[in-house]
Amino acid sequence: MTVEITCREAIAQAIADELEADPDVIFFGEDVGAAGGVFKSTVGLFERFGAERVRDTPISEQAIVGTAIGAAIMGLRPIAEIMFADFAGVAFDQIANQLAKYRYLTGGQACLPVTVRMANGAGAGFAAQHSQATENWFLNVPGLKIAVPGTVEDCYGLLRAAVRDDNPVLVFEHKNLLGLKGAIRPGPYRLGVAALVRPGRDVTVVATQQMRHRALEAAEHLAGEGIELEVIDPRTLVPFDDEAVAESLARTARLLVVQEGPPGGGWGASLIARMTSAHFECFDVPPRLLASAETPVPYAGRLEEAWMPRCEDVMVAARDLVAT
Amino acid sequence: MSQTSFDAGVARPKDQGANRDLPADWAQLLRSMLSIRFFEDQVKGLFGSGLVRGSTHLCQGQEAVPVGVCSLLTPGDVMTCTYRGHGAVLAAGAAMDASFAEILGREGGLCGGKGGSMHLADLAKGIIGSNAVVGAHLPIAVGAGLAAQHKKTGKVSVAFTGDGSTNIGAFHESLNMAAVWRLPVVVVIENNHYGEYSPLVATTAITRLCERAVAYGIPGVLVDGNDLLAVREVAAEAFARARAGDGPTLIEADTYRHEGHSRSDPAKYRPEGELEQWLARDPIPRFEEVVRASGAASAEELESLRAEVATDVKAALERAKSWPEPSLDRLYEDVYR
Repeated sequence: MTVEITCREAIAQAIADELEADPDVIFFGEDVGAAGGVFKSTVGLFERFGAERVRDTPISEQAIVGTAIGAAIMGLRPIAEIMFADFAGVAFDQIANQLAKYRYLTGGQACLPVTVRMANGAGAGFAAQHSQATENWFLNVPGLKIAVPGTVEDCYGLLRAAVRDDNPVLVFEHKNLLGLKGAIRPGPYRLGVAALVRPGRDVTVVATQQMRHRALEAAEHLAGEGIELEVIDPRTLVPFDDEAVAESLARTARLLVVQEGPPGGGWGASLIARMTSAHFECFDVPPRLLASAETPVPYAGRLEEAWMPRCEDVMVAARDLVAT
Repeated sequence: MSQTSFDAGVARPKDQGANRDLPADWAQLLRSMLSIRFFEDQVKGLFGSGLVRGSTHLCQGQEAVPVGVCSLLTPGDVMTCTYRGHGAVLAAGAAMDASFAEILGREGGLCGGKGGSMHLADLAKGIIGSNAVVGAHLPIAVGAGLAAQHKKTGKVSVAFTGDGSTNIGAFHESLNMAAVWRLPVVVVIENNHYGEYSPLVATTAITRLCERAVAYGIPGVLVDGNDLLAVREVAAEAFARARAGDGPTLIEADTYRHEGHSRSDPAKYRPEGELEQWLARDPIPRFEEVVRASGAASAEELESLRAEVATDVKAALERAKSWPEPSLDRLYEDVYR
């Protein structure tokens, strides 16, 4: 019998399993220890591994990321938590100028096995400074890997792969999915491999995290209308499994990308640019990017829900693509 | 005296230097300071002749600080510093030719020509990097201290930082984190009295930067940064405290840069006579005088040591100049492992 756990439990288990497996792994962040994390996704770690390996930090995001960098250069394998992904802005220099570039700037002398975990995304009513899906901020910074797990299996597996990776990996954990249930599977776990969530012949839909689930829901509704969506979750944005999308596109000839977050400078637009450049002959119709409104994330529930692509929006866009 | 943090934070330069015996390694110390001086003089010339790109930040006049501190480093200790970091990197043992080559953007440079003047690193020697963003290396130095504490190595993480960096957020976050975790970290403020083009007094409400230590409950010490032996004495206490598990120390070394902020700065903002006052306190002649007065070397012997170091520096530069530029395939290397 498969045991079902939540995403938040899967995260705690992944950290525990890495702390157990490797004495060089340490974990720190604001309230991650004695309090078990503000999202309760690190419950029990402090009691099990002690205050040396599971450390509560001051509210100092620059110091949190920088400390992870220095510790990694000296041979540790740190997992750092930035409570809300929006607060990555406070540590932008350490992430974009230091963490991402340290290996390159030292001509390959430094190795940076740093994992930075952050709670991501909208839908929980936290307003504009606690609700952004900020993964796109880092897309333009070579040197970082970016993981965007959307299931229990991926919250666990991608986090373990991130900790074992010798490069900096930003892991975005969607706070609206923390209570989602599912099962973890045995490894090995890899970054850069997309998941075929649902096969379908008509439209290739690429979506992550919350949008992956909305795309799947839309696919189930549309199946009743005879429209079959193929849903792909890339799981990591860097590296991106272009091949999985191209292979699907070769069969469906239609591409719909669903992105939580404004359209400008995002992974969705980048994916469409790469696909149209490399596989122009595959497209029967122009590709479509369904993204959030170009506004900050609003607070009121009605506005916040309207801000990002809904299941119905995916259905409308998919119908359009098929009808064109 | 009670060990309150405020007492610990009181600067006490008058207590320093009681032990003025010439150390056995005096020649090495002098050689190290001269190497930095002549290295920087050469770099200035290289920029002037267009052989080097971007900018550079020279440290002539400040040599006693990195040399005094880095003479205490043992294998496994680590050092980080600012973009005015040629001196610290050389003092910590980086090869002169590979350092020149990095600044020249050559294949054989410390970082293969990827970093340049502001990004010198030699990890095998514990030089984990000079940093081009003010104060950004301080959190990284804290992390190196955390690794030493975690692995119980007894090693120290020392960070040189400028007076200007005491006003950036990373300074505060780092000092507090190092203090609250009692990490083996030594932060040395090279107070050269100017943050880029602005005098300290125009940007900072206090004049004694070591007093900031009070806010973190750690010892803060002021030292004459142009007095090599005083610097070493103060740093030795800080290193001992760090190795004993007693946490970080903030040292303020009072010093002066003879040149402007960067290559495009003629330093016209300095009041008349200020440079001359500091030239009279130049750390190299001061230390040479200590050596001569002790009878360890004659003026002629010191002169020939200078000539010898100057020759070594020129030879290192000639070697670096003879090395090729990086091959184009290096562009894509070292982004990921």
